[in-house]
Amino acid sequence: MLTCKDATRLMSESQDRPLSVSEKLQLEVHLAMCRGCSNFREQMNFLRLACRRFMQRRNGDDDGSSSS
Amino acid sequence: MLKFAQLQLRDAALAEDAVQEALVAALAGERSFSGRSALKTWVFSILRNKIVDLIRVQSRTTNVSALGDDEADMDATFEALFKDNAHWRPEARPFGWGDPAETLREERFWEVFETCLNHLPEKTARVFMMREFLEFETDEVCRELSLTVSNCNVILHRARNGLRRCLEGSWFAPGVSAC
Repeated sequence: MLTCKDATRLMSESQDRPLSVSEKLQLEVHLAMCRGCSNFREQMNFLRLACRRFMQRRNGDDDGSSSS
Repeated sequence: MLKFAQLQLRDAALAEDAVQEALVAALAGERSFSGRSALKTWVFSILRNKIVDLIRVQSRTTNVSALGDDEADMDATFEALFKDNAHWRPEARPFGWGDPAETLREERFWEVFETCLNHLPEKTARVFMMREFLEFETDEVCRELSLTVSNCNVILHRARNGLRRCLEGSWFAPGVSAC
């Protein structure tokens, strides 16, 4: 059984490499039962989205800013 | 652009040089641009390369994988989120952050986001920003900084959790202001 601590590592690594079938399976089973970890996953997705948006704001959409 | 370079390099003078060099290189390039945003994208891609060069040089003189006090503190804070059986302590269990689109529209959120990025220890932040802002593949980040893949994974996990905790404390939980 995957622990929450292990699950957070897998969720972070899933943003850096494709997980193996067995890792994915273990993670999905865990997430189905664990509210905290499914929130953690959404938070990781949010971080990635925020980083992308942050770059878009820096890169062209920041006309109003005095520093560019 | 300057702010962006400073965030990455954590060195005002280096950042100014990098931006200046990028602008000069872009103007010397004699390319034609359909508009202001095309020019910006072009300058930005030059700046990205300059930042990477500087990081490469810095990483030769500092040991990125060495664990500093700040990193050790972050790891201790992370461990404290869990009970002995490695499941969440009830009070530390991650909660829902609501509608992401709504949050990302808030100007104030971006100030908090930058503050939280600046709170990350320097080396941790560097690895994270190479991955998420400069969009390197993880194995490229490892190679550039001479890190093992597992070390890279540990650092990225530390950075993401640190950022997550900071945002949770300073933005998503009303009334709490400490990072």
